[in-house]
Amino acid sequence: MDTVTTLVLGFISIVVVNNLVLTKFLGICPYLGVSGRIDMAFGMGLAVTFVVTLSGTLTWLIDHLILMGTPFEVTRYVCFIMVIAGAVQLVEMYLRKFFPSLYDSFGIFLPLITTNCAILGLCLFINLWGIDNLAEAVVLSFGAGIGFTMAICIMAGIRENLNLANVPENLQGAPITLITAGLLSLAFMGFAGMIR
Amino acid sequence: MANELELSGNQYKDTFLAGLWRENPVFRLLLGMCPTLAVTTALKPALTMGYSVIFVLLCSNIVVSLMRNLLKPHLRILMFTLTIATFVTIVDIFLKAFQPEMSAMLGPYVPLIIVNCIIICRAEVCASKNGLGVSIIDALGMGIGFTLALSVLGAIREIFSTGKIFEIQIMPDWFVPCAAMAMPAGAFITLGMLLGLVNLISKRKS
Repeated sequence: MDTVTTLVLGFISIVVVNNLVLTKFLGICPYLGVSGRIDMAFGMGLAVTFVVTLSGTLTWLIDHLILMGTPFEVTRYVCFIMVIAGAVQLVEMYLRKFFPSLYDSFGIFLPLITTNCAILGLCLFINLWGIDNLAEAVVLSFGAGIGFTMAICIMAGIRENLNLANVPENLQGAPITLITAGLLSLAFMGFAGMIR
Repeated sequence: MANELELSGNQYKDTFLAGLWRENPVFRLLLGMCPTLAVTTALKPALTMGYSVIFVLLCSNIVVSLMRNLLKPHLRILMFTLTIATFVTIVDIFLKAFQPEMSAMLGPYVPLIIVNCIIICRAEVCASKNGLGVSIIDALGMGIGFTLALSVLGAIREIFSTGKIFEIQIMPDWFVPCAAMAMPAGAFITLGMLLGLVNLISKRKS
């Protein structure tokens, strides 16, 4: 029972309280780049969720079964980035084969998931927080993906309406998006301190 | 011959200056947003981040430029990230050893330099196509441009959130520090406003 509570709390905390995009600034590039339309934002969110779950789990396993306590610990970052690049390659091949239209609409952003800070960031945070059981690592990685999807979808919804608003000329595009993100993160600050 | 030399001198100068303003990585290309927002709570971490990035950018541009003829197209992003990861590990260990305080403060944002889009972008756009000289100048220009942008943002946020800069009180007594500026919301809004300002200035210029 105790483990289940920890897992549920961990999940909620990573989705809303410690949301990677709005409180840790991870994954801002796709957040600004792909959040123009809500369907694309959702697709991107799902792709990131898949990659982050896979790589979060794999990096935890590699870290704990192979690297920890050996001199090879210095190669941690290199190993992490290899795993992530491999997982992205997998998603890319899968999408190209089964969802060609979605694959085309992603364009350059798909290979760029490799360099999405949210994914490497999560792997590093799992290492930093000293998560020492596999189930928790899996739940946290999955929750991080869901949190990212949620943030990017909310943003896409706001931006679709922003197109109709009268924004000062110099603030159009990226500046107003950042200011919107600021207000959004102000709203999410309300969750701070709820857990941990 | 002399003419040619002069031309290449100009080209170097042009490449260097491009990074500072015309193609400033933060204000113009919108690259490297996560460290920009995360470490600029004050000026000092912003500067530390800035010179770490200059070092990594310089080394990775040199290595990528040297191995540009050996790269296979479909593997190049992987090669770039592995090269960068190696140098970031060096910076991380260096900071841990000589500036443990700063290292603890920056936390995971030091290893996150690996996925800083600026470095991969410069490897792809510049170093994998140009010789050693241009790559080095480009890395310096871009790195300094990035550091400048970070420092501006860090200074603004530090002044408004504490009224101090480098521990020296500069705001008058009646100034009420605004804690929200040190929080994520302040980071997003300050950067948004600065981008708007940059748009305004460049429109006036042209």
